[in-house]
Amino acid sequence: MTTLQINGQSMTVEAGDDTPLLWVLRDHLGMTGTKFGCGLALCGACTVHLDGQPVRACQTPLSAASGKKIVTIEGVGASKTGQAVQHAWVKLGVPQCGYCQAGQIMSATALLQKKPKPTDADIDAAMSGNLCRCGTYTRIRSAIKTAAGLEGGAA
Amino acid sequence: MNAFLPQALTRNAGLSRRSLLRALPLTGLVLSVGLPGIAGADEPAKFGGDAMPHGLQDSPRTFVSIAPDGTVSIVVHRSEMGQGVRTSLPRVLADELEADWSKVKIVQAPGDEEKYGNQDTDGSRSMRHWFMPMRRCGAAARQMLALAAAQQWGVPVAEVQAINHVVTHKPSGRSLGYGALAEAAAKLDVPKRESLRLKDAKDFRYIGKQDGYLVDAEVIVTGRSQYGIDTRLPGMLYAVIARPPVFGGKVKSFDAADALRLPGVVKVFEIAGTPAPAEFQPLGGVVVVAKDTWAAIKGREALKIVWDDGPHAGYDSVAFRKALEAAVAKPAGKAVRNDGDAEAALAQAAKRVAADYYVPHLAHATMEPPAATARLVDGRCEVWTSVQSPQAARERVAQRLGLGVDKVTINVTLLGGGFGRKSKPDFAVEAALISQQLQGQPVKLTWTRDDDLHHDYFHTVTAQHLEAGLDAQGKVTAWLQRAAEPTILSIFAPDPKQLSGFELGLGLINLPYAIPNIRIENPPAEAHARIGWLRSVNNIQHAFAAQSFVAELAHAARRDHRDFLLDLLGPARQIPPPQLGDGWNHGESPQVYPVDIGRLRGVIERVTQEAGWSRKRPKGQGLGLAANYSFVTYMAVVVEVKVNAKGELSIPRIDVALDCGPAINPDRIRSQVEGACIMGLSQALYSEITFKNGRVEQSNYHDFEIARLNIAPKTIAVHIMPSSGYDQPLGGVGEPAIGPIAPALMNAIFAATGKRIRQLPLKDQLSRKA
Repeated sequence: MTTLQINGQSMTVEAGDDTPLLWVLRDHLGMTGTKFGCGLALCGACTVHLDGQPVRACQTPLSAASGKKIVTIEGVGASKTGQAVQHAWVKLGVPQCGYCQAGQIMSATALLQKKPKPTDADIDAAMSGNLCRCGTYTRIRSAIKTAAGLEGGAA
Repeated sequence: MNAFLPQALTRNAGLSRRSLLRALPLTGLVLSVGLPGIAGADEPAKFGGDAMPHGLQDSPRTFVSIAPDGTVSIVVHRSEMGQGVRTSLPRVLADELEADWSKVKIVQAPGDEEKYGNQDTDGSRSMRHWFMPMRRCGAAARQMLALAAAQQWGVPVAEVQAINHVVTHKPSGRSLGYGALAEAAAKLDVPKRESLRLKDAKDFRYIGKQDGYLVDAEVIVTGRSQYGIDTRLPGMLYAVIARPPVFGGKVKSFDAADALRLPGVVKVFEIAGTPAPAEFQPLGGVVVVAKDTWAAIKGREALKIVWDDGPHAGYDSVAFRKALEAAVAKPAGKAVRNDGDAEAALAQAAKRVAADYYVPHLAHATMEPPAATARLVDGRCEVWTSVQSPQAARERVAQRLGLGVDKVTINVTLLGGGFGRKSKPDFAVEAALISQQLQGQPVKLTWTRDDDLHHDYFHTVTAQHLEAGLDAQGKVTAWLQRAAEPTILSIFAPDPKQLSGFELGLGLINLPYAIPNIRIENPPAEAHARIGWLRSVNNIQHAFAAQSFVAELAHAARRDHRDFLLDLLGPARQIPPPQLGDGWNHGESPQVYPVDIGRLRGVIERVTQEAGWSRKRPKGQGLGLAANYSFVTYMAVVVEVKVNAKGELSIPRIDVALDCGPAINPDRIRSQVEGACIMGLSQALYSEITFKNGRVEQSNYHDFEIARLNIAPKTIAVHIMPSSGYDQPLGGVGEPAIGPIAPALMNAIFAATGKRIRQLPLKDQLSRKA
């Protein structure tokens, strides 16, 4: 039995230590907001926060997540920044199919929590690990700026 | 013979029309887009939505219900994959219904074409075909509510008005909400089509409004959205499949002992593939069932399988490219279009220009890989999955399981990307087969990313040879184009080697230029992989070649590319598609949808104006133009590039002008075009699927690369051309922007660097030493 702290709640799971956090969340805990995209930390769809840091859940074994504060897309709206990002995403109509957007929002929130007024270069660095096959990147950049209250975000 | 039956369909491989129709699926893209207007000798030809399997439905009884509390439930029967159809179609109905959107709920239809009409969500035509039926549904329901109120009050129906969820009788000041009227209204007859009074466009609440509203946005950003991969059922198991690594291969033998020793692995068994042409049926392979997805993946890694690779074991992309290039290097003997005498005109030309273009196989690589959950209870199969064609999934599951279609339910989830991949429901059939093997126990099948890239229905691979003759004034007198590419028909029919009518009509045969001598040839090419449609389909390679070549000709003639292109198009006029050899015309009526050169000129003029085309640019910077007509929409693109001394490329801006007729949901039109720009850049810059020893060489996003945020333009400006009214024919939106992106980019790179790129993807061609 492993105990995890997820979105401020304590949860116990029975899974092997090497089981990636992604499959623990999705298959064992039924938290399907965190998405599977590649399994090799190449696409960012499974991004969650571990003690405030964005990590790829598909490459985070259960053993590494235990004892850390885990935040997923289901809980990120509890923070002011996470909520601002979600609002900006809705306001600018960022999502198309929406599948990658949980990971995009987790990466964007982590960026803004560290750098409340990011530059374009900061956005490039923080967001280029998150793939979007629908191609919503231009709106993602604008939405991050909107959430940050920067110029270049849409009104 | 029906004038609109594509010749290529009957010409190929000795197939008669009848035998081909038998070989083709009952529904699905090929039949529905490939054979418009097929009708008995005495029936008039049908077009658009009417020509699709099961046609159109417009009864409010099918699409609307109103609860006593006033909640309006609107059924959407098309699949949501990011194009916004769950927002756009119901809002059309709600507008005509005069519904208050805050009281509307969306209900996703299962696969059932008898009831809902055609459900193929592909071909950029959900709005094109369903705008008017949805308006009629809403108007009919509104009139029924008004009549119910009038009857209750004993007043003439002409004196009552249904506005924003309330029916009012002004003379007496009485009013009733839709909820209070619902039961009485439901008992009335549905008004006949000719008695419907559609709203005046000035009164539209939702249609054409730029409010950016998206019905699923809230659940998406909070992680509550449900895709096919997210389904959970009590007692569910998890499965992955080891499929034959070579198309057409099968399992010779396997040893599951190591896999079965792993914790969580429950069962291992083989499922059989379907011999080619297998259309949407599974490839077969060895199934690993486990207690979670991770255990299933680990179990699969521990399998020992001996494969029989079958007839395509030698498929090699390097060798195949040479074969395709050899095929287009010589005359094909027969032309698919032949205007005038191109050979003679080329011989007499003052200047001849020739170029060869290559576009590789591509994968769809939807962010949500194929996934489906199935169970069988009391001889009934139920599947939850992300498919573009729930009706096809239903038929194929029934067929493979030996059940009646009425015993199969396909529940449609949100799709984490579709792009044509999820029109082919092989993964839904796989999940159903696995559940059947587990005595009906619920099971979720997940494709891993390597499964997705190894076993896709790939975009074809194409070599093209183009030649043109210019006269002394730089005017084009002859155009010769040879394209060799395996056909999509190969998944439906045994061994066809030439393009079908709809593939020819995707930007090859229907070249709209005012050139007196045009010859198009289609030398044979064999398919050694599953070939399928990918967003924009054959336009990808046809627009790349044609729009690059026009820029090359302009350069040879020392003319401005835009002016040269406009001259090539000639004056504004309407061309009947059959005159261009295109008997398909996207399944649309040639009278309603002629090729309108004025509209194509219009988007070119608009986009070049918006992009500041005539500005001088320093070395290392350039603008590139391309224009394409596809899915009955007119599209022109200007890409701006910067290339530094190291050959590093950046793309500050893309301008797109499109004329799609009336714009029903302008924000979703913009987002579709923005997204198509990025997907087009992926194809132009990075993406390529190659085969060696019959096996796909790429396995994940590190070697099948797609565009990332850092290369995306900071500005994508989408300019929607105004339409004269909502009675004008609609164009498609999801796909048409893809085609012009790669050629516009390469034309921009040429303007910036003088280097001409004729093969996709670009990869390191700019930095590589020649």
